[in-house]
Amino acid sequence: MRKITTGNKAVAEAVRQVRPDVVAAYPITPQSEIVETIAEYVATGQLESWYIPVESEHSSMAACIGASIAGGRTFTATSSHGLAYMHEMTNWAAGARLPVVMVNVNRALAPGWNIWVEHSDAMQERDTGWLQVYVSTVQEAYDTTLMAFKIAEHNDVLLPVMVNLDGFSLSHIMQPLDTVEPGDFIPPIHVPDPVDPKNPGGYGTITGPADQFRFRYEIERSMHDAISVIEETEHEFAERFGRTYGAVEEYRADDADVVVVALGTFGKEAEVAVDILRNEGVKAGSVRLRWFRPFPEFDLAGKEVVVIDRATSFGFGGVLAHAIRSKNLMMVYSVIAGLGGQEVTYDDIADFVRHRRIGEEFWFGVNGHV
Amino acid sequence: MEIIADIPETEYVLNCTSACAGCGDSLALRYVLKAAGPDTILVMPAGCTAAFQGVYPKTAFALPVVNIAFGAAAACASGLATFLRTKGKATKVVVYAGDGATLDIGLSAVSGAFERRTDFLYVCYDNEAYGNTGMQRSGATPLGAKTTTTPAGKPEVKKDIDTIIAAHEPPYQATACASYPQDLFRKVQKALTFEGPTFVHVLSPCPPGWRYSAEKTVEVGKLAVKSGMWMLYEREHGKLSLSAPTKAAMKKPVPLEDYLALQGRFKGIDAKTVEHLKERIAGNFSRLAAEEALP
Repeated sequence: MRKITTGNKAVAEAVRQVRPDVVAAYPITPQSEIVETIAEYVATGQLESWYIPVESEHSSMAACIGASIAGGRTFTATSSHGLAYMHEMTNWAAGARLPVVMVNVNRALAPGWNIWVEHSDAMQERDTGWLQVYVSTVQEAYDTTLMAFKIAEHNDVLLPVMVNLDGFSLSHIMQPLDTVEPGDFIPPIHVPDPVDPKNPGGYGTITGPADQFRFRYEIERSMHDAISVIEETEHEFAERFGRTYGAVEEYRADDADVVVVALGTFGKEAEVAVDILRNEGVKAGSVRLRWFRPFPEFDLAGKEVVVIDRATSFGFGGVLAHAIRSKNLMMVYSVIAGLGGQEVTYDDIADFVRHRRIGEEFWFGVNGHV
Repeated sequence: MEIIADIPETEYVLNCTSACAGCGDSLALRYVLKAAGPDTILVMPAGCTAAFQGVYPKTAFALPVVNIAFGAAAACASGLATFLRTKGKATKVVVYAGDGATLDIGLSAVSGAFERRTDFLYVCYDNEAYGNTGMQRSGATPLGAKTTTTPAGKPEVKKDIDTIIAAHEPPYQATACASYPQDLFRKVQKALTFEGPTFVHVLSPCPPGWRYSAEKTVEVGKLAVKSGMWMLYEREHGKLSLSAPTKAAMKKPVPLEDYLALQGRFKGIDAKTVEHLKERIAGNFSRLAAEEALP
């Protein structure tokens, strides 16, 4: 079915179709529309889930953990301060190997109070053991939310998945959405060894160094295995429903001399900048990373690389730039742009490429070279 | 020898936990679990009980235990109970949490779960400090008690969690102490007959923390009740009933000094603080007696 809707509504529609057993959530701008829509679905019988209106995000993740550990399918959504407040429990969900699915609508953290897009909320969760995917369109937000459940619940993964969409610039943007009938694309959930009085055991008991180390290693192994599960899932999705994404989405990158690498809506905007630059005779391309954890493999050899980051690690620089540099053993032009919802146009992105200074870091809008 | 006929022999707290000698909390847990029975899932935040449950892959409890972060037990139990009910399962969800997890770091989660009418029993075992981390003060530490973070004695009074819980209008709440095992057992059993949320607050004397000799745990608990420092009662749909030991204490309390003198944590407490504690006991006695007398 085709309609025009927002990123938030597209997510809620996907959740309605996947039918989690329990949705536990707390409102926060710019995510609230997701939980409001789900609450409405539940109240009107369009979704047979239990919606737990928790009193905080720490509790929303704790409630998802409680339902998930007993074998339930769970969903929550948050943003910014909500995600930061939840941080203790995001670690717990991953460590307990629970396939919770969460949509995070990316937003800056205070101070000052700022409700607009920034990726620092999600980047601060980078090392928790959650799979992370960043989307760029309303359609992709919907499709990826569907896929997130299948990937999280896959027996080779059993890790939580965070779907990231840019606050306002995607969450509140209206675009066409083509919904599907997921059917058995999403099989029934099967959490191994759910908590059960007939088979008593300890979950998350005190654990000595050797076992703790092994559990950490198993998370890393599953992250690695998730790469092929993501590929399979995207392949199956493409076969059934006709839309393909991949772990990275490349645009005119094959023969490019210079590529823009970015996440989320910046990655999509970069495609327009590439067309502008190509018209000027610059052999430009773009690579938009969808999956950030596990980090995808892709080849940038022989190209100059401009990385746009919507988050920085103060004292070290752009988080994505750091990843590209170390993964590909290369120097890049690192652009920090769009923090706190700063306006960045495709013309600006073309300018980043035109004025690139490989090896340097540039803070857009304050003319700051670092 | 006194035979406690109605308490089952089945043990859910197995031998060889790593609890301290004379642990009042593990004693209380025995009766709580006997009352709850086999179709029960425990949700347990960080705390003494989580620490003495055993080390992976072993567990000292014969019931499933969902461990969870310090401030998250009520919320975790909320998700668990909701999911079980959606699947038509009557499995009891029992939170077993200390005073730090309940009165302090987890209070907003406790409040939220009670306000949302979570179908669970929340048991707070109260040893009046952060026992597992070495006896730092908590909101439950009584006035004048020395802890590792109140070396001169706590200058503030104990937080009244029971009144906070009462404000959430649960169908049932009670206070208890394992020194009165039948009373504790009966209250837990009764709590579990209600569709939750229900609350049982158990005083759990702690030999290393309260600085008394390990064999005196039952005696210290009894003196807490007999002196009025701890009061046993239950509230069913808002209607308060005082339990027999507290009724007796109201008629003829033992001197507070008898309770304080047994414990190193009150050593050197000044007369003014003792007087203040006595005034509070008298105030609590008359407050509860007046509430019980209400029609």
